[in-house]
Amino acid sequence: MNAVFYLLAVLTIGGGLAAVLLKHLVHCALATTVAFSGLALLYLQLDAQFAGFAQILVYIGAVAILIVFAILLTRGSDLPQDGVFSRSWSVGFVIAAGVFAVLAWAVMQSVRAVPQQTAVPAVTVHDIGNALVGRYVLPLEIVALLLTAATIGAVIVAMHENGRPK
Amino acid sequence: MTGMTTPLAGYLLVAALLFAIGLAGALVRRNAILVLIGIELMLNAANLNLIAFWRYGPRPELLTGMMFAIFSIAVAAAEAAVGLGLVIAIHRHTNTTELDKINRLKG
Repeated sequence: MNAVFYLLAVLTIGGGLAAVLLKHLVHCALATTVAFSGLALLYLQLDAQFAGFAQILVYIGAVAILIVFAILLTRGSDLPQDGVFSRSWSVGFVIAAGVFAVLAWAVMQSVRAVPQQTAVPAVTVHDIGNALVGRYVLPLEIVALLLTAATIGAVIVAMHENGRPK
Repeated sequence: MTGMTTPLAGYLLVAALLFAIGLAGALVRRNAILVLIGIELMLNAANLNLIAFWRYGPRPELLTGMMFAIFSIAVAAAEAAVGLGLVIAIHRHTNTTELDKINRLKG
């Protein structure tokens, strides 16, 4: 546990908290991007370079842009009159706190039982590519199909009805 | 703070906190886009768990946790595209993205 880990943890958690609590939707989207970057840096800290750069490409590059587009297309940048939290917000926060308490308790209880490999795994992108087209080729094909279906589905769902603009 | 000395526990606690924050976002916000952001944060917390277990677990050369995380990132990207497309479609029908005001399934 070094200072870099604590710094990245604070960045990630702070970004997540800001994303959930801020009033303005555009600020929330920016805070989400901060949280995504913190996670990508945590992946790099965990010696998972490929996952870290995939996180940067997919989340900061694509998902954050999609969120900003959705906010601007739905005029979400206007502030709502009756508050940003739903009526039962206190129940939601209590449930979330309870879930965190249970998870943290489980982690602290099992911390002695889990194995602690300290050597840096010697895994290159070459190995990941080999695994993707070898052992994991069927999941890869299914993900390719899923991404195609999702792209077509998203376009059809968001398209104007009968193909003509309103 | 003796438990915090193991790196894996630290990463797992960060992931648990991020998951709880995402869950809170999905439960308490009115806006549908913010609910989707909360879901994305929860998915990312799960990915952090997978990568941490891959790094500190036995036999990392099998790449199991890493592959789980990579496929999960791909599926999350598809989920975000479809979810935000649905939000835009609902906004066109009802002129709102406030979940309290979207109270009927009929278009």
